[in-house]
Amino acid sequence: MFMIPVVLKNLFSRCATRPYPQSPRQLFVGSRGQLVNDVEKCILCGTCARTCPSQCLTVRRKEGLWEYEPFACVFCGVCVEACPTGSLAQLSQWRPAVRERERVVLKVEVKSQESGVKSEK
Amino acid sequence: MTITADRIESGELCRAVAALKEQGCRFVTITCVRADSAGAEMLYHFDRELSLSHLRLTVSGDEVPSICGIYAAAFLVENEIQDHFGLCFSGLIPDYRRTLYLQGEDSPPPFRGPSGPAGGQ
Amino acid sequence: MAGTVIPFGPQHPVLPEPLHLNLKIEDEIVISATPAFGYVHRGLEKLADIRDFRQMIQVVERVCGICSMIHALTYCQGLEALMGVEPPPRARFLRVIWSELHRLHSHLLWLGLFADAMGFESLFMQLWKVRERIMDINEATAGNRVILSVNVIGGVRRDLDTGQTGWILSELAEVDKGIKAMGRTILHDYTVQKRTRGKGVLSGKQAMEFGCVGPMLRSCGVAQDMRLLGYAAYCELDFAPVVEQDGDCYARCRVRFAELGQSIDLIRQAIGKLPTGDISVPVKGRPEGEIVARAEQPRGECLYYIKANGGKFLDRLRIRTPTFANIPALTVMLPGIELADVPVVLLSIDPCISCTER
Repeated sequence: MFMIPVVLKNLFSRCATRPYPQSPRQLFVGSRGQLVNDVEKCILCGTCARTCPSQCLTVRRKEGLWEYEPFACVFCGVCVEACPTGSLAQLSQWRPAVRERERVVLKVEVKSQESGVKSEK
Repeated sequence: MTITADRIESGELCRAVAALKEQGCRFVTITCVRADSAGAEMLYHFDRELSLSHLRLTVSGDEVPSICGIYAAAFLVENEIQDHFGLCFSGLIPDYRRTLYLQGEDSPPPFRGPSGPAGGQ
Repeated sequence: MAGTVIPFGPQHPVLPEPLHLNLKIEDEIVISATPAFGYVHRGLEKLADIRDFRQMIQVVERVCGICSMIHALTYCQGLEALMGVEPPPRARFLRVIWSELHRLHSHLLWLGLFADAMGFESLFMQLWKVRERIMDINEATAGNRVILSVNVIGGVRRDLDTGQTGWILSELAEVDKGIKAMGRTILHDYTVQKRTRGKGVLSGKQAMEFGCVGPMLRSCGVAQDMRLLGYAAYCELDFAPVVEQDGDCYARCRVRFAELGQSIDLIRQAIGKLPTGDISVPVKGRPEGEIVARAEQPRGECLYYIKANGGKFLDRLRIRTPTFANIPALTVMLPGIELADVPVVLLSIDPCISCTER
């Protein structure tokens, strides 16, 4: 009985939901979205791979590869905070849905003077 | 830092638990921990007016007396320990026979590693 | 028809998560109920063997999809006590703010689901519409909607600026208005009363015997609330546990509804008293020893037992979640009621099966 005014009001007001894939909502500043790596800044130290709780990152120093498994990522942002050079960042947009499982592999060229970075045990 | 707990023998467990119930304690839970030597350690947690009291029982064999005759709520956690550690609680009602979470006798108890309780396979 | 056994769940319209009940019924009356589990057991406690103690923060958050922040909080507080770390005052107040936001959205979710269990669809939608504001606050302040991932050993990872605290307060005023508008329906509607009063009655003595926690215990006249332990900044805030006497579904509904107002009040107090300073302290070394940490989740007391040996991995991590403690009481609440009331009584304990099985 007490709901009738609310129900009537809702009946004649705008839809409270959004038609999602057509009109996505803008994310808030600071939302933890898609993870990206800036290959210019990356030094392949492997800190991100060591701190990642879901172990979705692999750093192959010898081959110069930085690999990321977006579907194993939990978007906690721990790697971003741990990154010593600030090459990792989270965009304020989510990864779009895809039909096939993806794996991000980035080729990183470490400049020789930076390659001797000490790695935390 | 260790928890201050009264050490008891399995023979006097039921009496000690009944005495705590008499005092109006709320049964919180049982924690089973792999012990260093062959065996497992059981910690019985009780709460009274927001302060916890503990009983510590060292189990050397496979058999532990069940306390669900005193606190009926213990059946769930005792069944869980049967699943995880492969111990056997005598007098447990209802006994799920290691099928609470797992597949019964077919699946090895996951918390019973190489350094697990005595009588390990 | 003597003793027909009806399987209830694991897939049932009223259950958001898979719980199976074997209901023995005679005519329409339940005689006995035996719960069965194992549909969402993930073995998260075992993960402590292969994830180091810092990575476990993100793992324990995933024990529950609703009270994730408080799981991480309990775990971090346990480790902080073990390692002798004192989180800075600002971090303690921020933890309270996020904890209470979690309690708000969990209770709103539950009230919605409870309305849905009674077939009250419009109330369900309306409550979830209110809840959406809380989710927005979570996302804007912590980065994620549910799994906030703000806790770290020694403090928190995110800070709130004055703009954000002001915005939270104005959003909370809207939430408060939304909740108050629903209050009359939830507490005084004829249908709601008919479906909940006198159903699934539990006495205070029974609740203590069956080890019930949280709103289950408080609805039977036992004023037990782990927040009274004074963890985080609760020792500096003013509140008293919400207690009801009847112990039926309606009393549990009243407790949770009153706790919505209490949570809003606590957030306002915490924002008002928010001290300035650091949000975390650096933590060195590894934990050693054993400890029991407790905190109040929306569903009740949550207990963590942590045993560490000074290594990278914990020796044992045991999580006793509130639903795990509340489920045994179902075996005395269900017998004697009609089959049609089982969904309402079952939902009144606010079951979280992922929590229970971990």
